[in-house]
Amino acid sequence: MSAQNVVYLDNNATTRVAPEVLEAMLPFFSERYGNPSSMHAFGGSVGSEMRQARESLADLLGCGTDEIIFTSCGTESDNTAIRSALTAQPEKRHIVTTRVEHPAVLSLCKFLERSQGYRVTYLGVDAEGKLDMQELTDSLNDDTAIVSIMWANNETGVIFPIEQIAELTRSRGIMLHTDAVQAVGKIPMQLSKTGVDMLSLSGHKLHAPKGVGALFVRRKLPYRPYLIGGHQEHGKRAGTENTTGIIALGAAAKAAKAHLPSENTTVRALRDRLESALLASVPDSRLNGHKTERLPNTSNISFKYIEGEAILLLLDQLGIAASSGSACTSGSLEPSHVLRAMGVPFTFAHGSIRFSLSRYTTDADVDYVIKNVPQIIETLRKISPYKQGAADPLSPLDSKPPCGC
Amino acid sequence: MWEYTDIVKEHFLNPKNVGEMKDASCVGEVGSIACGDALKLFLKIEDGIIRDASFQTFGCASAIASSSALTELVKGKTVDEAMKITNKDIAAALGGLPKEKMHCSVMGEEALEAAIKSYRGEDVGSHEHSEGEIVCECFGVTDEQILHAVRENDLKTIEDVTYYTKAGGGCAKCHEKIEALIAQARGEAAPTPAPAPKKLSNLQRMKLIEEVLEKEIRPRLQLDGGDIELADIDGLTVVVNLRGRCTGCPASQATVQGTVQGILREKVDPEIVVREA
Repeated sequence: MSAQNVVYLDNNATTRVAPEVLEAMLPFFSERYGNPSSMHAFGGSVGSEMRQARESLADLLGCGTDEIIFTSCGTESDNTAIRSALTAQPEKRHIVTTRVEHPAVLSLCKFLERSQGYRVTYLGVDAEGKLDMQELTDSLNDDTAIVSIMWANNETGVIFPIEQIAELTRSRGIMLHTDAVQAVGKIPMQLSKTGVDMLSLSGHKLHAPKGVGALFVRRKLPYRPYLIGGHQEHGKRAGTENTTGIIALGAAAKAAKAHLPSENTTVRALRDRLESALLASVPDSRLNGHKTERLPNTSNISFKYIEGEAILLLLDQLGIAASSGSACTSGSLEPSHVLRAMGVPFTFAHGSIRFSLSRYTTDADVDYVIKNVPQIIETLRKISPYKQGAADPLSPLDSKPPCGC
Repeated sequence: MWEYTDIVKEHFLNPKNVGEMKDASCVGEVGSIACGDALKLFLKIEDGIIRDASFQTFGCASAIASSSALTELVKGKTVDEAMKITNKDIAAALGGLPKEKMHCSVMGEEALEAAIKSYRGEDVGSHEHSEGEIVCECFGVTDEQILHAVRENDLKTIEDVTYYTKAGGGCAKCHEKIEALIAQARGEAAPTPAPAPKKLSNLQRMKLIEEVLEKEIRPRLQLDGGDIELADIDGLTVVVNLRGRCTGCPASQATVQGTVQGILREKVDPEIVVREA
């Protein structure tokens, strides 16, 4: 299936490589294959292009070029940041994170808890997906090595008040890492003016290709590399650089900076139109996540009485690409950990669909989805034994799951 | 993305026999919204023959396809014939299901059984499974259901059981019970070896340590690409070398302290101390 036939509303999963990004990177696959560490000009000139890419990314983040480490992906950045904080402060054994993090952070914290004996506090969220700042404040203590809280949630788009959190952690002398994989390029940031100590990002979420990411590490922050070897990235991340990916990330950062205003006007307007039309036309549907404190491109909507995978496959028949937090699509048997943390009733959680837009989403795309979704929901509801208004015969509404896991 | 067969896709996109049957002879209901899928099966039975069948399903594509295929399978069969339909027949009628989705076919079999039992006036309980004791609390799966699925489908691992019944797919607290049920159903001894004799001579202890290390611990580590070898035994202290991917693994300390020492303490002597050479 080619991209022309798809209405692609799954941009939080991955994005298309922007044409200008592809153009910028292509020569580095072919004639400009030099190693930036080489002494000769053939390799060295690649190094100077990399410096420009670093400048573009630093400009997008509002930080210094010496504060950026290129990595292979968001997960590597997350792992590097958290492990660095722990290794640099061996006497501290406590980590604070949230229940709604991406697995790149959550699974790592569970691993550290289970097999390395760290104490981990998993902060909860309210029904709209928001953090309780008091709970965060209360969780911090002298043993806390790092607080790792995502800037924006990948499933709901809910934005956490990272700048405010950073003031708190800084005043307590505790390191703060944020997984900003979904936030970079969608909301403006000026890291030099915040207390954020480390920030992870991923290229393929902002129209660069897969296989490149970056970690911002504040100047003078105690740091321990994860990959040890050569002197690349000033010894902070050994391994020959993914020059092509880095050039692409630079180009993508430049484009993201240019498009930042339209993300919050054009894309937001499209998202809002899609969202309000669907909520209005489909009965028993609801929005998951806070209405305004949210990324401009994300809309997570639940359709009661039906199951997400079935919805996705019918959307797929029509060439609409989206994703779901239902059990059947999560690879496990339980619905999304994010929706469960928010206390979204199972009746809704299984039928959740995430639409995530990008600057390539058009008015026609949104019209097409608005036109077709109600029909799909209607079709599946005809098959479902659960009906609007009817007493729920098998499961009391909003019942809690039978176990607390 | 799941790899569904064309038959599954066809049954999902154009399901047969959808909807409530007002004049059904009997109804079978299984599953719940909390579990993520539910099936309500309607049968119309005359002179011991299933004249008509229909369904309502809440669930993923393979749950809907399994339900649709089931209604086609049972139509025209006698009640006795229908009673013999298993989840394997449903999966076969679909040209196969991804193994992670086999529970959808099991749900079909259970709904059919519930419907026929209700027709015969046998006790089917509520939608809860009345037979047996709940083993998996997350998905409300009983020991009887697990034993049946293991026997019917020749299941060998906890993962298999989860794919077929969902049991063990939530908090994982029931994994030990499931392991024991698999052993029971397969006619094997439960995987708890005879307790070690109380007083071991030095020689006996050393032999037992070697045996446990060889037969239980090494295979487990090898699954993760690691390995272990015995360096020395000094009274109750066992000295080992970690090999393969265990070398330099950040979790190696946990492996030695947790897995290796734990198993040796359980199987040989509760006072054993394991350390790396």
